[in-house]
Amino acid sequence: MTELVEDVLTIIAEKGRVGRERLVPEARLMELNIASLDVIEIIFALEERFDIEIPFNANDAASGFNTVGDVIGAVERAVASPKAAPSATPSAA
Amino acid sequence: MAQTGTGIAVTGIGVVSPVGIGLPAFAEALFAGRPGIGPLTLVPTERLSVRIAAEVKGFDPAALFDPARLGLLDRAAQFALAAAREAVAASGLSFDAELGARTATILGTGVGGISTLDDSFHRLYAQGSNRLHPVTVPKLMISAPASHLSMEFGLTGPAFMTSSACASAGHAIGMACQMLRAGMVDAALTGGTDAALTLGSLKGWEALRVVSPDGCRPFCRTRNGMVLGEGAAVLVLERMDRARARGAEILGEIAGFGMSADAKDITAPDAAGAGRAMAAALTDAGLAPEDIGYVNAHGTGTTANDATEARAIHGLFGDHARRLMVSSSKSMLGHALGAAGALEAAATLLALRHGVVPPTIGVVEPDPACALDVVPNEARQASIGAALSNSFAFGGLNAALAFRRV
Repeated sequence: MTELVEDVLTIIAEKGRVGRERLVPEARLMELNIASLDVIEIIFALEERFDIEIPFNANDAASGFNTVGDVIGAVERAVASPKAAPSATPSAA
Repeated sequence: MAQTGTGIAVTGIGVVSPVGIGLPAFAEALFAGRPGIGPLTLVPTERLSVRIAAEVKGFDPAALFDPARLGLLDRAAQFALAAAREAVAASGLSFDAELGARTATILGTGVGGISTLDDSFHRLYAQGSNRLHPVTVPKLMISAPASHLSMEFGLTGPAFMTSSACASAGHAIGMACQMLRAGMVDAALTGGTDAALTLGSLKGWEALRVVSPDGCRPFCRTRNGMVLGEGAAVLVLERMDRARARGAEILGEIAGFGMSADAKDITAPDAAGAGRAMAAALTDAGLAPEDIGYVNAHGTGTTANDATEARAIHGLFGDHARRLMVSSSKSMLGHALGAAGALEAAATLLALRHGVVPPTIGVVEPDPACALDVVPNEARQASIGAALSNSFAFGGLNAALAFRRV
């Protein structure tokens, strides 16, 4: 497990108040009883920890933030992408 | 339809809104389905992912207030005063000492003078200044708009602000009705105001991840969040007998008022709580669910609100829910927080008076899961006898107003 994944799981476990052993990639956040406010707390903590912007809209199921693996993937993508202006959706004119 | 005799007459309406300033412009835009949502211009957007809003356009404070007074007025107070001037002029009331003492001033606001707070703290924290303007506190206090209205018109009766986030104006109007019914006052200026399109406030909303990047489409299958707005609406209310006795033009009747608390969650809405507020308003008005032809929905455009509100409407209205028209004015006005309930009360009164239901605009495909006639995209001619206006706030504080055509 990479250091990044370790950090992500630590943050999910702490902010979502879930045991680390349950945080397998396919585990669904909803089934881990991580409420919507906890999800945005997790995203906030991840953005602070890695100095990244994670595009996420709580209204949009297509944001693809359903599983622990989705969260890890979003962080990996954000860390890999060059730091740009805030995560404005291009259509937000 | 039951007449309880406790109806409250609306004898004046004033509006400052993203679709127009003044009631005629507001009505014209609502019935035309014209959006008030567009690019955010009040604050720099480089640091924001939220880049659209429903801003009040063409509002010129310098034309409305002399410079000395303007220095005391946060944008929220400016909006409230402008709306109140229009409402009072429409009512034809003149407040002598006797009527002034018998008039209540009750406005709602979600956040109050946040432009002043934001600017002041920017000066202090970012610009390194070590002193703030002397009127910072009286300008930002959330009760300031009520104070300014009382001073403007010489209203020496009960005056205060209500705050229940997005239901603030609903609670204010309800309180004003109750005080009129109780005989504590003979008239009331009531409604709501908010002007929260500041960088600090928008950053807070951005962090909640509930704001749409591209538009407000309540009850649409493709909806993806709310859009923030601003504005004010003020109503002049009188007891029906008194309004009739003085020959006032009566613009509509507030027939009843209901409120409730979800007692569940600080952000998630609850159908049971919403249903209790609507049911209480009907009971208070002496109306049966079948008497209601139109519901001006809270309809924020978030997945959670609209689905929950639809569930509450189906729960209360049963089979009649499919015959009801349910539209969200927030599709045009955005969400003006503590002013929303007042702007939407004005929209509901206009619908009853003109026999035209304002649409829910931006609807690509009505969400089958909501299963409501949301009057998509075009206003509809419809003679309605009674209507509801819903306000369901964060933190589960709910207010519903019932209106009857006069």
